[in-house]
Amino acid sequence: MGRQILGVLSLVAILIALYFALVYAPTESTMGPLQRIFYFHVPQGILSYTCALFVGFGCLMFLVKNDLKWDRLAYCSAELGVLFSTTSMVTGMIWAKPVWGAWWVFDARLTAQLVLALLFVSYFMLRAYLPEREKKARLSTVFGFLAMLDVPINYFSIWLWTTQHPQPVIGGGGMDPQMRTAFLMSITAFGLLYAYLLTHRLAIAKLEDEVEYLEQVQAA
Amino acid sequence: MKPLTAIVFKDIVIELRNKETISSMLLFGLLVIVIFNFAFVPSGAERGLIAPGILWVAYSFAGILGLNRSLSMETDNECLQGLLLAPITRGDLYLAKVAGNFIFAMIAELIILPVFVVFNNLHFDMKIVWVIGITILGTLGFVSIGTTLSMISAHTRMKEVMLPILQIPTTVPVVISAVEATGMVLGEEAQTLPFTLSLLGVFSTVYLTASYFVFEYLVEE
Repeated sequence: MGRQILGVLSLVAILIALYFALVYAPTESTMGPLQRIFYFHVPQGILSYTCALFVGFGCLMFLVKNDLKWDRLAYCSAELGVLFSTTSMVTGMIWAKPVWGAWWVFDARLTAQLVLALLFVSYFMLRAYLPEREKKARLSTVFGFLAMLDVPINYFSIWLWTTQHPQPVIGGGGMDPQMRTAFLMSITAFGLLYAYLLTHRLAIAKLEDEVEYLEQVQAA
Repeated sequence: MKPLTAIVFKDIVIELRNKETISSMLLFGLLVIVIFNFAFVPSGAERGLIAPGILWVAYSFAGILGLNRSLSMETDNECLQGLLLAPITRGDLYLAKVAGNFIFAMIAELIILPVFVVFNNLHFDMKIVWVIGITILGTLGFVSIGTTLSMISAHTRMKEVMLPILQIPTTVPVVISAVEATGMVLGEEAQTLPFTLSLLGVFSTVYLTASYFVFEYLVEE
Protein backbone atom coordinates (compact mmCIF):
# COMPACT_ATOMS: atom_id res chain seq x y z
CA MET A 1 0.00 0.00 0.00
CA GLY A 2 2.83 2.37 0.95
CA ARG A 3 4.47 1.74 -2.42
CA GLN A 4 1.29 2.62 -4.34
CA ILE A 5 1.02 5.91 -2.39
CA LEU A 6 4.65 6.66 -3.16
CA GLY A 7 3.98 5.90 -6.85
CA VAL A 8 0.96 8.24 -7.00
CA LEU A 9 2.89 10.94 -5.11
CA SER A 10 5.84 10.74 -7.51
CA LEU A 11 3.50 10.89 -10.53
CA VAL A 12 1.77 14.03 -9.15
CA ALA A 13 5.14 15.58 -8.24
CA ILE A 14 6.47 14.92 -11.77
CA LEU A 15 3.44 16.66 -13.33
CA ILE A 16 3.86 19.67 -11.01
CA ALA A 17 7.64 19.72 -11.66
CA LEU A 18 6.96 19.68 -15.43
CA TYR A 19 4.70 22.71 -15.06
CA PHE A 20 7.30 24.53 -12.96
CA ALA A 21 10.17 23.67 -15.31
CA LEU A 22 8.41 24.36 -18.62
CA VAL A 23 5.94 27.16 -17.75
CA TYR A 24 6.60 28.77 -14.35
CA ALA A 25 10.41 29.21 -14.54
CA PRO A 26 11.53 32.27 -16.59
CA THR A 27 13.46 31.74 -19.81
CA GLU A 28 17.20 32.15 -19.33
CA SER A 29 18.61 35.21 -21.17
CA THR A 30 21.61 33.70 -23.03
CA MET A 31 20.65 30.08 -23.71
CA GLY A 32 16.88 30.57 -24.04
CA PRO A 33 14.53 27.58 -23.65
CA LEU A 34 17.48 25.20 -23.94
CA GLN A 35 18.44 25.97 -20.35
CA ARG A 36 15.23 24.28 -19.12
CA ILE A 37 16.94 20.90 -19.54
CA PHE A 38 18.86 21.92 -16.40
CA TYR A 39 15.74 21.02 -14.32
CA PHE A 40 16.04 17.40 -15.50
CA HIS A 41 19.78 17.03 -16.01
CA VAL A 42 21.01 18.22 -12.58
CA PRO A 43 18.62 16.11 -10.43
CA GLN A 44 19.57 13.03 -12.46
CA GLY A 45 23.27 13.77 -11.94
CA ILE A 46 22.72 14.21 -8.20
CA LEU A 47 20.68 10.98 -8.04
CA SER A 48 23.41 9.00 -9.82
CA TYR A 49 25.81 9.94 -7.00
CA THR A 50 23.09 9.16 -4.42
CA CYS A 51 22.86 5.68 -5.99
CA ALA A 52 26.66 5.29 -5.62
CA LEU A 53 26.31 6.23 -1.94
CA PHE A 54 23.59 3.58 -1.47
CA VAL A 55 25.65 0.94 -3.30
CA GLY A 56 28.64 1.68 -1.04
CA PHE A 57 26.41 1.63 2.07
CA GLY A 58 24.66 -1.61 1.03
CA CYS A 59 28.01 -3.30 0.36
CA LEU A 60 29.49 -2.14 3.65
CA MET A 61 26.43 -3.37 5.58
CA PHE A 62 26.55 -6.75 3.81
CA LEU A 63 30.19 -7.14 4.81
CA VAL A 64 29.28 -6.37 8.43
CA LYS A 65 25.91 -8.16 8.77
CA ASN A 66 26.14 -10.85 6.04
CA ASP A 67 22.42 -10.39 5.32
CA LEU A 68 21.25 -10.67 1.69
CA LYS A 69 18.88 -7.72 2.08
CA TRP A 70 21.92 -5.40 2.03
CA ASP A 71 23.20 -7.05 -1.15
CA ARG A 72 19.76 -6.46 -2.68
CA LEU A 73 19.95 -2.79 -1.68
CA ALA A 74 23.38 -2.52 -3.32
CA TYR A 75 22.47 -4.07 -6.67
CA CYS A 76 19.04 -2.43 -6.90
CA SER A 77 20.72 0.95 -6.29
CA ALA A 78 23.36 0.09 -8.88
CA GLU A 79 20.60 -0.59 -11.44
CA LEU A 80 19.13 2.82 -10.75
CA GLY A 81 22.67 4.22 -10.87
CA VAL A 82 23.03 2.96 -14.45
CA LEU A 83 19.65 4.52 -15.29
CA PHE A 84 20.32 7.96 -13.77
CA SER A 85 23.95 8.27 -14.85
CA THR A 86 22.90 7.40 -18.42
CA THR A 87 19.96 9.82 -18.49
CA SER A 88 22.09 12.60 -16.98
CA MET A 89 24.72 12.04 -19.71
CA VAL A 90 22.07 11.94 -22.46
CA THR A 91 20.35 15.14 -21.26
CA GLY A 92 23.80 16.73 -20.92
CA MET A 93 24.64 15.78 -24.52
CA ILE A 94 21.33 17.22 -25.78
CA TRP A 95 22.31 20.50 -24.07
CA ALA A 96 25.97 20.39 -25.14
CA LYS A 97 25.45 19.97 -28.90
CA PRO A 98 23.91 23.42 -29.52
CA VAL A 99 25.86 25.20 -26.75
CA TRP A 100 29.36 23.68 -27.09
CA GLY A 101 28.95 22.50 -30.69
CA ALA A 102 29.79 18.89 -29.73
CA TRP A 103 27.78 16.01 -28.26
CA TRP A 104 30.65 14.99 -26.04
CA VAL A 105 33.96 16.40 -24.84
CA PHE A 106 36.33 14.67 -22.42
CA ASP A 107 35.66 17.32 -19.81
CA ALA A 108 36.19 16.74 -16.07
CA ARG A 109 32.55 16.30 -15.04
CA LEU A 110 31.50 14.37 -18.11
CA THR A 111 34.36 11.94 -17.65
CA ALA A 112 33.59 11.55 -13.93
CA GLN A 113 29.98 10.71 -14.85
CA LEU A 114 31.08 8.27 -17.56
CA VAL A 115 33.50 6.47 -15.22
CA LEU A 116 30.74 6.25 -12.59
CA ALA A 117 28.43 4.64 -15.17
CA LEU A 118 31.22 2.23 -16.19
CA LEU A 119 31.75 1.23 -12.54
CA PHE A 120 28.04 0.43 -12.20
CA VAL A 121 28.11 -1.61 -15.43
CA SER A 122 31.31 -3.46 -14.36
CA TYR A 123 29.53 -4.37 -11.12
CA PHE A 124 26.72 -5.99 -13.14
CA MET A 125 29.11 -7.74 -15.50
CA LEU A 126 30.81 -9.28 -12.49
CA ARG A 127 27.50 -10.44 -11.01
CA ALA A 128 26.52 -11.98 -14.35
CA TYR A 129 29.66 -14.16 -14.39
CA LEU A 130 29.49 -15.36 -10.79
CA PRO A 131 27.78 -18.70 -10.13
CA GLU A 132 25.93 -19.24 -6.82
CA ARG A 133 23.82 -16.60 -5.04
CA GLU A 134 26.01 -16.47 -1.90
CA LYS A 135 29.26 -16.21 -3.84
CA LYS A 136 27.72 -13.63 -6.14
CA ALA A 137 26.72 -11.52 -3.15
CA ARG A 138 30.07 -11.85 -1.35
CA LEU A 139 32.40 -11.17 -4.27
CA SER A 140 30.33 -8.44 -5.93
CA THR A 141 29.99 -6.76 -2.53
CA VAL A 142 33.76 -6.48 -2.20
CA PHE A 143 34.00 -5.01 -5.70
CA GLY A 144 31.03 -2.68 -5.08
CA PHE A 145 32.60 -1.43 -1.84
CA LEU A 146 36.01 -0.80 -3.46
CA ALA A 147 34.45 0.76 -6.57
CA MET A 148 32.35 3.18 -4.52
CA LEU A 149 35.42 4.14 -2.47
CA ASP A 150 36.89 5.02 -5.84
CA VAL A 151 34.13 7.52 -6.70
CA PRO A 152 35.39 10.51 -4.60
CA ILE A 153 39.07 9.90 -5.50
CA ASN A 154 38.07 9.62 -9.12
CA TYR A 155 36.12 12.88 -8.89
CA PHE A 156 39.14 14.75 -7.49
CA SER A 157 41.63 13.21 -9.93
CA ILE A 158 39.51 14.23 -12.89
CA TRP A 159 39.59 17.82 -11.58
CA LEU A 160 43.26 17.84 -12.58
CA TRP A 161 41.86 18.51 -16.02
CA THR A 162 40.44 21.92 -16.87
CA THR A 163 36.67 21.96 -17.13
CA GLN A 164 34.35 23.84 -19.45
CA HIS A 165 31.26 22.54 -17.66
CA PRO A 166 29.13 25.37 -16.14
CA GLN A 167 30.02 25.97 -12.49
CA PRO A 168 27.38 25.28 -9.80
CA VAL A 169 24.91 28.15 -9.30
CA ILE A 170 22.63 26.35 -6.85
CA GLY A 171 24.56 27.02 -3.65
CA GLY A 172 26.21 30.24 -4.83
CA GLY A 173 23.10 32.44 -4.76
CA GLY A 174 23.35 33.15 -8.52
CA MET A 175 19.98 31.62 -9.32
CA ASP A 176 16.71 33.46 -10.00
CA PRO A 177 14.15 32.77 -7.16
CA GLN A 178 11.59 31.37 -9.63
CA MET A 179 14.23 29.16 -11.18
CA ARG A 180 15.26 28.01 -7.71
CA THR A 181 11.64 27.06 -6.89
CA ALA A 182 11.35 25.14 -10.18
CA PHE A 183 14.64 23.38 -9.49
CA LEU A 184 13.63 22.42 -5.93
CA MET A 185 10.31 21.10 -7.27
CA SER A 186 12.17 19.10 -9.89
CA ILE A 187 14.59 17.62 -7.40
CA THR A 188 11.69 16.67 -5.07
CA ALA A 189 9.88 14.95 -7.95
CA PHE A 190 12.97 13.01 -8.99
CA GLY A 191 13.70 12.14 -5.35
CA LEU A 192 10.20 10.67 -4.98
CA LEU A 193 10.55 8.79 -8.27
CA TYR A 194 13.87 7.37 -7.07
CA ALA A 195 12.33 6.28 -3.75
CA TYR A 196 9.42 4.64 -5.60
CA LEU A 197 11.64 2.83 -8.11
CA LEU A 198 14.03 1.64 -5.39
CA THR A 199 11.32 0.28 -3.06
CA HIS A 200 9.58 -1.38 -6.01
CA ARG A 201 12.80 -2.97 -7.26
CA LEU A 202 13.73 -4.12 -3.74
CA ALA A 203 10.37 -5.89 -3.40
CA ILE A 204 10.92 -7.66 -6.76
CA ALA A 205 14.50 -8.60 -5.78
CA LYS A 206 13.22 -10.15 -2.54
CA LEU A 207 10.68 -12.21 -4.51
CA GLU A 208 13.44 -13.33 -6.92
CA ASP A 209 15.53 -14.54 -3.97
CA GLU A 210 12.53 -16.41 -2.50
CA VAL A 211 11.81 -18.09 -5.85
CA GLU A 212 15.48 -19.12 -6.18
CA TYR A 213 15.43 -20.56 -2.66
CA LEU A 214 12.23 -22.53 -3.36
CA GLU A 215 13.70 -23.89 -6.59
CA GLN A 216 16.76 -25.07 -4.67
CA VAL A 217 14.57 -26.73 -2.02
CA GLN A 218 12.52 -28.44 -4.71
CA ALA A 219 15.65 -29.63 -6.54
CA ALA A 220 17.04 -31.03 -3.28
CA MET B 1 61.78 -17.16 7.28
CA LYS B 2 58.51 -15.38 8.11
CA PRO B 3 55.42 -16.76 6.30
CA LEU B 4 54.78 -13.45 4.51
CA THR B 5 58.35 -13.33 3.18
CA ALA B 6 58.13 -17.02 2.31
CA ILE B 7 55.09 -16.42 0.05
CA VAL B 8 56.89 -13.58 -1.77
CA PHE B 9 59.99 -15.79 -2.08
CA LYS B 10 57.84 -18.66 -3.43
CA ASP B 11 56.43 -16.37 -6.16
CA ILE B 12 59.94 -15.20 -7.09
CA VAL B 13 61.24 -18.80 -7.27
CA ILE B 14 58.31 -19.86 -9.50
CA GLU B 15 58.98 -16.87 -11.76
CA LEU B 16 62.70 -17.65 -11.93
CA ARG B 17 61.85 -21.21 -12.99
CA ASN B 18 59.21 -20.58 -15.64
CA LYS B 19 59.93 -16.91 -16.54
CA GLU B 20 56.36 -16.50 -17.80
CA THR B 21 54.97 -13.45 -16.01
CA ILE B 22 57.72 -10.87 -16.47
CA SER B 23 58.53 -11.90 -20.05
CA SER B 24 54.89 -11.69 -21.17
CA MET B 25 54.39 -8.34 -19.38
CA LEU B 26 57.56 -6.97 -20.89
CA LEU B 27 56.82 -8.05 -24.44
CA PHE B 28 53.23 -6.84 -24.26
CA GLY B 29 54.30 -3.44 -22.83
CA LEU B 30 56.88 -2.97 -25.59
CA LEU B 31 54.34 -3.95 -28.27
CA VAL B 32 51.90 -1.36 -26.94
CA ILE B 33 54.57 1.37 -27.20
CA VAL B 34 55.44 0.31 -30.75
CA ILE B 35 51.79 0.12 -31.87
CA PHE B 36 50.95 3.53 -30.38
CA ASN B 37 53.91 5.06 -32.20
CA PHE B 38 52.62 3.56 -35.47
CA ALA B 39 49.09 4.75 -34.76
CA PHE B 40 49.91 8.36 -33.88
CA VAL B 41 53.28 8.97 -35.60
CA PRO B 42 53.96 11.78 -33.08
CA SER B 43 56.42 14.49 -33.99
CA GLY B 44 58.00 17.31 -31.94
CA ALA B 45 55.51 18.97 -29.58
CA GLU B 46 52.87 16.28 -30.14
CA ARG B 47 55.29 13.70 -28.81
CA GLY B 48 55.53 15.53 -25.48
CA LEU B 49 51.73 15.50 -25.15
CA ILE B 50 51.17 11.88 -26.18
CA ALA B 51 54.26 10.15 -24.73
CA PRO B 52 53.16 10.04 -21.02
CA GLY B 53 49.82 8.53 -22.07
CA ILE B 54 51.53 5.88 -24.21
CA LEU B 55 53.86 4.96 -21.34
CA TRP B 56 51.02 4.51 -18.85
CA VAL B 57 48.79 2.61 -21.26
CA ALA B 58 51.74 0.23 -21.79
CA TYR B 59 52.26 -0.08 -18.02
CA SER B 60 48.53 -0.63 -17.38
CA PHE B 61 48.00 -3.29 -20.05
CA ALA B 62 51.20 -5.10 -19.09
CA GLY B 63 50.18 -4.85 -15.41
CA ILE B 64 46.76 -6.40 -16.09
CA LEU B 65 48.47 -9.28 -17.88
CA GLY B 66 50.73 -9.92 -14.88
CA LEU B 67 47.88 -9.66 -12.36
CA ASN B 68 45.75 -12.10 -14.36
CA ARG B 69 48.57 -14.63 -14.23
CA SER B 70 49.35 -14.06 -10.56
CA LEU B 71 46.10 -15.21 -8.98
CA SER B 72 44.94 -17.65 -11.66
CA MET B 73 48.22 -19.51 -10.99
CA GLU B 74 47.05 -19.97 -7.38
CA THR B 75 43.46 -20.98 -8.17
CA ASP B 76 44.08 -23.26 -11.19
CA ASN B 77 45.67 -26.14 -9.27
CA GLU B 78 44.02 -25.39 -5.91
CA CYS B 79 47.36 -23.95 -4.70
CA LEU B 80 45.37 -21.31 -2.84
CA GLN B 81 44.17 -23.95 -0.39
CA GLY B 82 47.81 -24.56 0.53
CA LEU B 83 48.43 -20.85 0.95
CA LEU B 84 45.41 -20.58 3.25
CA LEU B 85 47.05 -23.08 5.59
CA ALA B 86 49.92 -20.63 6.16
CA PRO B 87 49.87 -19.28 9.74
CA ILE B 88 49.06 -15.71 8.69
CA THR B 89 45.93 -13.61 8.42
CA ARG B 90 44.14 -13.24 5.07
CA GLY B 91 45.23 -9.60 5.09
CA ASP B 92 48.90 -10.61 5.33
CA LEU B 93 48.36 -13.05 2.47
CA TYR B 94 47.04 -10.11 0.44
CA LEU B 95 50.14 -8.02 1.33
CA ALA B 96 52.41 -10.89 0.26
CA LYS B 97 50.67 -11.15 -3.12
CA VAL B 98 50.82 -7.35 -3.53
CA ALA B 99 54.57 -7.44 -2.82
CA GLY B 100 55.11 -10.18 -5.43
CA ASN B 101 52.99 -8.44 -8.05
CA PHE B 102 54.71 -5.12 -7.32
CA ILE B 103 58.20 -6.62 -7.76
CA PHE B 104 57.29 -8.28 -11.09
CA ALA B 105 55.54 -5.17 -12.41
CA MET B 106 58.46 -2.93 -11.43
CA ILE B 107 61.02 -5.20 -13.13
CA ALA B 108 58.99 -5.17 -16.37
CA GLU B 109 58.42 -1.40 -16.17
CA LEU B 110 62.06 -0.60 -15.47
CA ILE B 111 62.95 -2.42 -18.71
CA ILE B 112 60.09 -0.80 -20.66
CA LEU B 113 61.08 2.73 -19.50
CA PRO B 114 64.54 2.95 -21.17
CA VAL B 115 63.02 1.63 -24.43
CA PHE B 116 60.35 4.33 -24.15
CA VAL B 117 63.08 6.96 -23.56
CA VAL B 118 64.99 5.82 -26.66
CA PHE B 119 61.89 5.60 -28.90
CA ASN B 120 60.82 9.11 -27.90
CA ASN B 121 64.30 10.69 -28.16
CA LEU B 122 64.32 11.75 -24.51
CA HIS B 123 67.46 12.12 -22.37
CA PHE B 124 68.58 9.91 -19.50
CA ASP B 125 68.73 12.73 -16.92
CA MET B 126 67.09 13.69 -13.60
CA LYS B 127 63.67 13.79 -15.25
CA ILE B 128 63.83 10.04 -15.75
CA VAL B 129 64.65 9.59 -12.04
CA TRP B 130 61.43 11.49 -11.30
CA VAL B 131 59.53 9.31 -13.80
CA ILE B 132 60.86 6.22 -11.97
CA GLY B 133 59.52 7.70 -8.70
CA ILE B 134 56.10 8.27 -10.30
CA THR B 135 56.25 4.72 -11.74
CA ILE B 136 56.84 3.30 -8.23
CA LEU B 137 53.89 5.23 -6.75
CA GLY B 138 51.57 4.51 -9.68
CA THR B 139 52.46 0.82 -9.76
CA LEU B 140 51.83 0.51 -6.03
CA GLY B 141 48.35 2.02 -6.51
CA PHE B 142 47.71 -0.18 -9.53
CA VAL B 143 48.70 -3.47 -7.90
CA SER B 144 47.11 -2.63 -4.52
CA ILE B 145 43.61 -2.74 -6.06
CA GLY B 146 44.60 -5.05 -8.93
CA THR B 147 45.56 -7.89 -6.58
CA THR B 148 42.10 -7.79 -4.96
CA LEU B 149 40.33 -7.54 -8.30
CA SER B 150 42.36 -10.40 -9.76
CA MET B 151 41.24 -12.56 -6.83
CA ILE B 152 37.61 -11.59 -7.54
CA SER B 153 37.93 -12.27 -11.28
CA ALA B 154 39.68 -15.62 -10.61
CA HIS B 155 36.32 -16.88 -9.23
CA THR B 156 34.33 -15.94 -12.35
CA ARG B 157 33.65 -17.98 -15.47
CA MET B 158 35.60 -15.57 -17.74
CA LYS B 159 38.54 -14.65 -15.52
CA GLU B 160 40.84 -13.28 -18.27
CA VAL B 161 38.10 -11.01 -19.61
CA MET B 162 36.75 -9.94 -16.25
CA LEU B 163 39.92 -8.44 -14.76
CA PRO B 164 40.33 -5.62 -17.34
CA ILE B 165 36.59 -4.85 -17.07
CA LEU B 166 36.95 -4.39 -13.30
CA GLN B 167 40.45 -2.94 -13.25
CA ILE B 168 40.33 -0.22 -15.92
CA PRO B 169 37.46 1.91 -14.52
CA THR B 170 38.66 1.57 -10.90
CA THR B 171 42.24 2.63 -11.73
CA VAL B 172 41.21 5.76 -13.65
CA PRO B 173 42.50 8.01 -10.79
CA VAL B 174 45.91 6.26 -10.86
CA VAL B 175 46.27 6.48 -14.62
CA ILE B 176 45.12 10.13 -14.81
CA SER B 177 47.36 11.24 -11.92
CA ALA B 178 50.36 9.29 -13.21
CA VAL B 179 49.95 10.54 -16.80
CA GLU B 180 49.59 14.13 -15.56
CA ALA B 181 52.61 13.80 -13.25
CA THR B 182 54.78 12.23 -15.97
CA GLY B 183 53.71 14.94 -18.44
CA MET B 184 54.58 17.65 -15.88
CA VAL B 185 58.03 16.18 -15.20
CA LEU B 186 58.86 15.67 -18.89
CA GLY B 187 57.45 19.10 -19.82
CA GLU B 188 59.05 20.89 -16.84
CA GLU B 189 55.68 22.27 -15.65
CA ALA B 190 55.57 21.08 -12.08
CA GLN B 191 53.04 23.48 -10.49
CA THR B 192 50.48 20.83 -9.45
CA LEU B 193 52.98 17.96 -9.16
CA PRO B 194 52.73 17.71 -5.31
CA PHE B 195 48.90 17.45 -5.56
CA THR B 196 49.15 14.76 -8.25
CA LEU B 197 51.69 12.74 -6.29
CA SER B 198 49.66 13.03 -3.08
CA LEU B 199 46.60 11.77 -4.99
CA LEU B 200 48.62 8.70 -6.03
CA GLY B 201 49.71 8.26 -2.40
CA VAL B 202 46.12 8.60 -1.12
CA PHE B 203 44.88 6.06 -3.67
CA SER B 204 47.52 3.50 -2.70
CA THR B 205 46.94 4.01 1.05
CA VAL B 206 43.14 3.78 0.76
CA TYR B 207 43.23 0.62 -1.35
CA LEU B 208 45.99 -1.12 0.57
CA THR B 209 44.05 -0.53 3.81
CA ALA B 210 40.57 -1.37 2.44
CA SER B 211 41.79 -4.47 0.57
CA TYR B 212 43.72 -5.67 3.64
CA PHE B 213 40.43 -5.84 5.56
CA VAL B 214 38.12 -7.15 2.81
CA PHE B 215 40.49 -9.80 1.39
CA GLU B 216 39.22 -12.43 3.83
CA TYR B 217 35.79 -12.27 2.11
CA LEU B 218 37.42 -13.33 -1.17
CA VAL B 219 39.17 -16.49 -0.05
CA GLU B 220 37.47 -19.48 1.51
CA GLU B 221 38.77 -22.88 2.48
